[in-house]
Amino acid sequence: MRLAGIDIGSRSIELIVLEDGQVVHSKQADSGYNPIERVKELISDVSFDKIMATGYGRGIVEVAFDYPTVTEIKAYGAGATALYPGVRSVLDIGGQDTKVISINEMGKVIKFEMNDKCAAGTGKFLEMMATTLGYQAQTLGAAAQKGTEGIEINSMCAVFAESEVTSLLAKGCDRSDIALAIHQSVCRRAIGMIRRQNISTPLMFAGGVANNSCMVQLLQEALGEQIIVPENPQFVGAHGAAILANQYESVLF
Amino acid sequence: MWTDLGLNHDNHNALLDNLGQAYQSIFMSQENRPEGMSYFDFVMSEAHGLRIQELREEQEAGRKIIGSFCVFVPEEIILAAGCTAVGLCAGADFAQEEVEKVLPRNTCSLIKSFFGFKLGKVCPYMEVSDMIVGENTCDGKKKSFEVFKEMVPNFYQMDLPQTKTPMARHMLKQEFKSFVEKLEEMTGKSISVEDLKQGIATVNAKRKALRRLSMLRAADPAPISGLDALLINQIAFLDNPIRFTEKVNAICDELELLIKETKGAKKAKAPRVLISGCPMAIPNWKLPSIIESTGAVIVGEESCIGERGQRNLTDDSADNLDGLMNAIVDRYLKIDCAVFTPNQERVNHIKEMSQQYNADGVIHYGLQFCQPYIMESFSVEKELEKQNISVLRLETDYSQEDMGQLSTRVEAFVEIIK
Repeated sequence: MRLAGIDIGSRSIELIVLEDGQVVHSKQADSGYNPIERVKELISDVSFDKIMATGYGRGIVEVAFDYPTVTEIKAYGAGATALYPGVRSVLDIGGQDTKVISINEMGKVIKFEMNDKCAAGTGKFLEMMATTLGYQAQTLGAAAQKGTEGIEINSMCAVFAESEVTSLLAKGCDRSDIALAIHQSVCRRAIGMIRRQNISTPLMFAGGVANNSCMVQLLQEALGEQIIVPENPQFVGAHGAAILANQYESVLF
Repeated sequence: MWTDLGLNHDNHNALLDNLGQAYQSIFMSQENRPEGMSYFDFVMSEAHGLRIQELREEQEAGRKIIGSFCVFVPEEIILAAGCTAVGLCAGADFAQEEVEKVLPRNTCSLIKSFFGFKLGKVCPYMEVSDMIVGENTCDGKKKSFEVFKEMVPNFYQMDLPQTKTPMARHMLKQEFKSFVEKLEEMTGKSISVEDLKQGIATVNAKRKALRRLSMLRAADPAPISGLDALLINQIAFLDNPIRFTEKVNAICDELELLIKETKGAKKAKAPRVLISGCPMAIPNWKLPSIIESTGAVIVGEESCIGERGQRNLTDDSADNLDGLMNAIVDRYLKIDCAVFTPNQERVNHIKEMSQQYNADGVIHYGLQFCQPYIMESFSVEKELEKQNISVLRLETDYSQEDMGQLSTRVEAFVEIIK
């Protein structure tokens, strides 16, 4: 049976198709301004027997395509467990939110925490900071790893942080040092959420920001242990949705 | 009538249009509603109509209307003085730009709301009130009343203790006595033992009816939706208490029959949620409608508009004024509002309620910037989790901009508890 999962996030949409538990197809696209059209394009040349949608935009595909949906929290839990059996927690930093999810020995989500409505400390925040510093979002992490410690960014609000960064640049600070400080502040926030939830390990780091090597390094240093970063961290939600697609009759109530 | 009351016609119409639409989509779209809800739908549709006319008629006949914001203002005493008690509007954002001229932005939605209703001139209850009672509960209310009292004529401030020591009890008694004196001065007649007993009887009957309604929600399938039960609790603050009590008992009769036939407003085995935390004043239906749209059912409200405000009865056995006043003070001091310290009773009540109503999980509802409840939410969460009760802590306000994030959290919580 071919099972598809689609994760409609604020920044990107991921589609995965599984056959016998193996990924046979995966594709990513920007969410853009018309996610329904993007979903249509993504599924146009793909065949599957069952599909389930997750992510921030799951509601619109539920209406447009009548797909069953599941929250990204459950999807990330299921995806993480499938990719790494025995994982006990997930940190997901995506485009506009940060989640910490606790999973029990049975692979079931037992608790979660999510940031508030503002995008402080998320992928969107890092993207904005990259622009201010004149980096690409993809190269921000590598640049930060060359930076030296010493600067502290206090604002988590993207708007305030931007003016803080601008004034640091005006003072003549090196931009890679500032980039490092930005990562440290995002890391502190994530660690705060992790500590509040008193998680068990191993911890998986998922979502687009897990591609950022500096974030991975800082998180490992702060936690004092290795964290698991899957090969395609932004596909964990879609993977989980595909797995849950198989059981969706029992998901409905 | 609206012009007489000094309401702003355009603002008021805009508010009623919005309310009407929200009511249609949130309440009237529900399936399997008990027939008895038609009365409460009617009261809501006439909340800014017939009910105001009734209050005006009472006023013409010489009754005074006393508006208040809190379950600490003793309705027994208001009724005994021959007055009518009404709860004032504080459940929606209105005229926010005007409000932020006089209050800091980081003030809770509930406080901003009653300022907005006043500044936008859209709350007929506020305008019809002969006296508005503000109570010193949290810092936000107490300090904002300093500003508010300049905006309304005949504002009366009631002080409240923050602990439950003998000294606190003594203080509350003095406050309630001053309140009696104030009402007697307004009406020109003194409150007799008979008056007070009658006041207690009326309010106790209302509380018993609401308690009866709460207990029926323990059934699976739940005979009534959480939204409808919340609405009844909200209307308790607006309606004539005697008529309201009859109607609540009537719907309870109907619900008992439904339970016998195992019929419900929601499906059997639907995930059951208990809400705990800040009050949800009319028309604040945001979180309950999100919760119930996931297929879950709300089985109780540990809230002032809900069980916290209604669970305790007043002992009416004394045969003299002082004895009855003592009983009233004792009754009100049992309210486990988060402004008190310590406040272990509240956690105990949440545990008790979640057992009694077979809740699968508790959603703690904190209004943003409501320090007392948000601070307590941490210890509440810890204590409940010790008993293996799942908890979701939410913080929100009256705006609609976080609907997406709230829905995700609530849905994920429902996935966990079902």
